[in-house]
Amino acid sequence: MRQKILDILERDSRFSAAEIGIMLGIPEEEVQQEINRLEEEGVIVGYNTLINWEKTDRELVEAQIAVKVTPQRGHGFDQTARRIAEFPEVQAVFLFSGEFDLMVLVQGQTMQHIANFVAKKLAVMESVVSCTTYFVLKKYKQNGRLFEQPETDERPNILL
Amino acid sequence: MIKEMLSHKVQQIAPSGIRRFFDIANQMENVISLGVGEPDFATPWHIRDEAIYALEKKRTTYTANRGLLELRQEISRYLDTRFSLQYNPETQILVTVGGSEAIDLALRAIINPGDEVIIPEPTYVSYLPSVVMAGGTPVPVPTYESREFRLTAEDLVPYINEKTKAVILCYPNNPTGAVMERHDLEKIAQVLRQHRILVISDEIYSELVYGVEHTSMAALPGMYDRTLVINGFSKAFAMTGWRLGYAAGPEELVGAMTKIHQYTIMSAPTISQYAAVEALRNGMPDVQRMVAEYDQRRRVLVHGFRQMGLSCFEPRGAFYVFPRISDLGMTSEEFCTKLLMEEHVAVVPGTAFGESGEGFVRCSYAYSLESLQEALRRIGRFVEKHSKEG
Repeated sequence: MRQKILDILERDSRFSAAEIGIMLGIPEEEVQQEINRLEEEGVIVGYNTLINWEKTDRELVEAQIAVKVTPQRGHGFDQTARRIAEFPEVQAVFLFSGEFDLMVLVQGQTMQHIANFVAKKLAVMESVVSCTTYFVLKKYKQNGRLFEQPETDERPNILL
Repeated sequence: MIKEMLSHKVQQIAPSGIRRFFDIANQMENVISLGVGEPDFATPWHIRDEAIYALEKKRTTYTANRGLLELRQEISRYLDTRFSLQYNPETQILVTVGGSEAIDLALRAIINPGDEVIIPEPTYVSYLPSVVMAGGTPVPVPTYESREFRLTAEDLVPYINEKTKAVILCYPNNPTGAVMERHDLEKIAQVLRQHRILVISDEIYSELVYGVEHTSMAALPGMYDRTLVINGFSKAFAMTGWRLGYAAGPEELVGAMTKIHQYTIMSAPTISQYAAVEALRNGMPDVQRMVAEYDQRRRVLVHGFRQMGLSCFEPRGAFYVFPRISDLGMTSEEFCTKLLMEEHVAVVPGTAFGESGEGFVRCSYAYSLESLQEALRRIGRFVEKHSKEG
């Protein structure tokens, strides 16, 4: 049941406990209790809305910064990653295998804003060896959703 | 002049009485529809991708009449693993243009003038005309909501006589969503074993079952030699437009069908056959994903209709629910026409599937949850309004 609830909420977190209960054939209270537990245990970390900012007036620039880091005795990459994650510009931090170590996703109002962040905050950190910045030009798909192809139903209204 | 020149058989097939309703419904725009009998999912990408590869590799010629051997081998393996049915891919399997072609071939291969074919109702619309076109006489047998539209031996027996050549079973069922579990089928098999009657078992919805296991009629003791299993890719893998199905059964019957097939069709679409190989090899996780989603939608619809006070048995298969609307004092067609006009929601009158569908409507849940919820809101408003009138 846990897995099924998570599958539904991952797809669309707006479903209420009552609706999920109907979809799974489980009483609403049980679903609510399970969701509460999932939140308490930190399995469900939060609920966000996926926005295509390009369709709004808001100026927004996103970049992925590939960061090479000197691992630290006793902490590995964790301490540096946590410090980077504290900056409000940073949307996501992942540890990667391969050419670089940390992938940092940042958002800013302008390219200049992001350039400043890299130059003044990220690159100067002691354990950071190098930064390569990749600006996002266009989003095709995110969180499993296509951005630019509205799903249209080509089927007729009635078909036996 | 042409009209008199048309074959009597074609003229005998009456145009559906509710054609007018369909025309109106299909011309209307901004309709929330629960009226379509095909998946809303696109064919999984890896299957589409395989078809593109097939084109790139110039797989653009005919295949063997019976279909690609590679595909028949996959079908054979699939029927064995899923339903414990063993068929020789060389001689017992025929790949067809959808399940529909397989039905037509089967009927043409077995029917002599005067032969009767029993068809439980409510029924998918193509069986009766197919029997007529093959020169036989369709014999509809009503089934009932009180038994969740399962066919019982008591329903069946009165319709069997010396002219009965075959029974067409379609479970999971379009339009009711009914299933026949092993114990239900066993009772029918008990009757059929006493006669020389073939079973044409249209199992096109066999993957779409919820909380029950699909049993094939051919898997029952003594039924293998008198059952033709029809299945395909349309419903399970969301591949309706690829037009690909198959028949599996006794060698002589499949051989006879192949004879007709090779003269009328030659071979099923080649690109589709390559895509189907991929579907059977790697597509089962996609099926499970779609089934899980259908199952959630099914519960939402059944719950929604019951909340409105409509009687709605819990369908265990396909992607239809079949609520009863007769308590509103309307016929199925009246209900559907008014619902379309007043709330712009399209559902199908039960009578489209035979007289025993009167009092019911078919609602498909091959739609997104958002559409289903909006449709339920509108139908709920409609039902409330007309309950007060009644």
